[in-house]
Amino acid sequence: MPKEIAPRNEMPRQDPRVRRRNFNEVALGYDLETALAEAERCLQCKKPQCIAGCPVQVRIPEFILALREKDMWRAVEVLKDKNSLPAICGRVCPQETQCEIQCVLGKKHEPVAIGRLERFVADWEREQGMRTPPLAPPTGKHVAVIGAGPAGLTAAGDLAKMGHKVTIFEALHAPGGVLIYGIPEFRLPKDVVRAEVEYVQSLGVEIRLNTVVGKLYTIDEMLKDGFDAVFLGTGAGLPMFMNIPGENYNGVYSANEFLTRTNLMKAYLFPEYDTPINVGRKVAVVGAGNVAMDSARCALRLGADEVHIVYRRSRAEMPARAEEVANAEEEGIIFDFLTNPVEIHGTDKGWVCGMRCIRMELGEPDASGRRRPVPVPGSEFDMEVDTVIMALGTQPNPLVFSNTPWLERTKHGTVVANEENGRTKMERVWAGGDIVTGAATVISAMGAGKRAAADIDAYLKDPNGPWWVGPE
Amino acid sequence: MYRITAREDLAPVTKLFVVEAPEVARKCKSGQFVIVRVSEHGERVPLTIADYDRQRGELTIVFQVVGKTTAELSTLGVGDSLASLTGPLGLPTEIEKYGTVVMVGGGVGIAPIFPIARDLKEAGNYVIGIIGARTRELLFWEDRMRTVTDELIVCTDDGSYARKALVTEPLKELCQSGRTIHRVWGIGPAIMMKFVSLTTKPFGIQTIVSLNSIMVDGTGMCGACRVVVGGRTRFCCVHGPEFDGHEVDWDLLMARQRIYLDKEKLALERYQQLCEAHRETVH
Repeated sequence: MPKEIAPRNEMPRQDPRVRRRNFNEVALGYDLETALAEAERCLQCKKPQCIAGCPVQVRIPEFILALREKDMWRAVEVLKDKNSLPAICGRVCPQETQCEIQCVLGKKHEPVAIGRLERFVADWEREQGMRTPPLAPPTGKHVAVIGAGPAGLTAAGDLAKMGHKVTIFEALHAPGGVLIYGIPEFRLPKDVVRAEVEYVQSLGVEIRLNTVVGKLYTIDEMLKDGFDAVFLGTGAGLPMFMNIPGENYNGVYSANEFLTRTNLMKAYLFPEYDTPINVGRKVAVVGAGNVAMDSARCALRLGADEVHIVYRRSRAEMPARAEEVANAEEEGIIFDFLTNPVEIHGTDKGWVCGMRCIRMELGEPDASGRRRPVPVPGSEFDMEVDTVIMALGTQPNPLVFSNTPWLERTKHGTVVANEENGRTKMERVWAGGDIVTGAATVISAMGAGKRAAADIDAYLKDPNGPWWVGPE
Repeated sequence: MYRITAREDLAPVTKLFVVEAPEVARKCKSGQFVIVRVSEHGERVPLTIADYDRQRGELTIVFQVVGKTTAELSTLGVGDSLASLTGPLGLPTEIEKYGTVVMVGGGVGIAPIFPIARDLKEAGNYVIGIIGARTRELLFWEDRMRTVTDELIVCTDDGSYARKALVTEPLKELCQSGRTIHRVWGIGPAIMMKFVSLTTKPFGIQTIVSLNSIMVDGTGMCGACRVVVGGRTRFCCVHGPEFDGHEVDWDLLMARQRIYLDKEKLALERYQQLCEAHRETVH
């Protein structure tokens, strides 16, 4: 008996004319009534497709059913059984390419807004005060997790629930990794991150801040000094530059620096906070991923008159989430497609004053499957800009490897690890997240953290058997 | 954590703190640095390690009051704690037996040159020290430097103490003297390190400098500290802080050090006003 399908419930959001000048959260969240109405749209499929799309396998129909029945704690329990950071995932996961793309409703209608419901349930729990789930009895095993980002926090949370003692080592002065330094407040409020980190701590996980592994201890020392296993989740934190002339002029930032100053160090509150940032009148952000969108939208909020996204391919190839591109556009970010910088101009005092670009056209597909951008001869032109932000992606940070030559790495600098279980070529060392895949998403890092945690648990219970199974 | 156990005013604007940081003290080596935060709202500031005591688990840091953060830092005393301290960061100095080495320390740069000179002396080098400051009251650690050098030349720019000279003058004389100098280290303000490098270059003496670029995380993540050495962009925090002084693009380094000059001024003025207002309410 086919029932009538209501349209997907819109997410209330701050007016673009207002939000372009503040750092408050853009998406305001459903109220209970809207959440229940959206939950009502779920078909409760006998063979749900959505779960397969989720890197951490959240039992989506089950939590939505609990919500529909207004059994909120049950909804929380189902959600958090698989996902230790649901308020974060509900905000920053690319649901449209993961769970929601699989939703059966999406074939003829719009898919259930799974991410928005996840966010609703997680926010509800945070308002109530989070409950700590039952933990398995202590196993006496101690696991070191390097990096307090999405992969590390997830692995740590799961391992703690399994009864292992876990210590996270974090290089920065605040836990959260990219959730804290990279993703801006208006997309992911830091209170939300703090609350979910506190939840992980409530499971018994110890977080040691200001601790740089690779400098303070090597991985070998950790394994020798009482840790039974090490999980490496240090992410991809090394910025890439274009290596074009003028790239070191004052006013050229890596997106990492720009976002770290803004988000972790709260430069948008300077001088109440001590870390400054320079944002000129006209800003160019080079690149078109989520980091580029975040940088552009931060620059606007920091007072720039005009912010451009400069991208060498076309709209169709942009790697950023469609929703964030739409948000940026609504706020007035200007997109310059098929445009590539070739040189940055500076004043005689060393400050950026312009950027020479060349027009591009799309040729044959390249290794990434996207059409390769080719410069159009003679099409160079100058843009007047006073700030340039390079958002070209990142590479794994090599610092942690400096004393660990036996940890095998690829030519891209990523760690060689079995995707199924996270095992590296070094015994008792697992790795997951961007350090293995290169820059990817929060949820894929969490998925890797989860798989590694399961394997670490299995290994600690039965360490016999071959360590490395798979391709040499 | 990071409790200050001793404080010394080396000069009116130069302060020394001994800080509890056992793990860093256990692991650090000469030439490395730490990043400190004064408060929850504070910047992350890189400071070179001036000394360490592995037994006591303590580090010595020396800094000059120039902006808001260092002004705030200078108000702390024994028993106070830093909000955070991260390290050791950067690559340690390559300590070897080179032969005769000259250690040039200018102003606050005398502090980081000290442990390097000590290590080089212990490694069997003949160590000649040159320390200098603008004026007498900015000079410190003459006695400590004497204990780790075979010869020590002291100068002040204005002649208010010891020899009236810039540190490059005695350095040039040493280079010209015909004595074989195997390596020179220079640590101090960028302009001083530039001229130390220019002084030794015609003589072909390898010269190592410790660059003090602007940094945020200090682990290679942000790229703020980029410098050009030998035509290549390098990150001061992970590839340095020591580099070949003859290869450094000094003009770029000095331009990049000025990135936040106006904001630093604003922050300092605002801080001084707040302090002033606070003093008035107290009295």
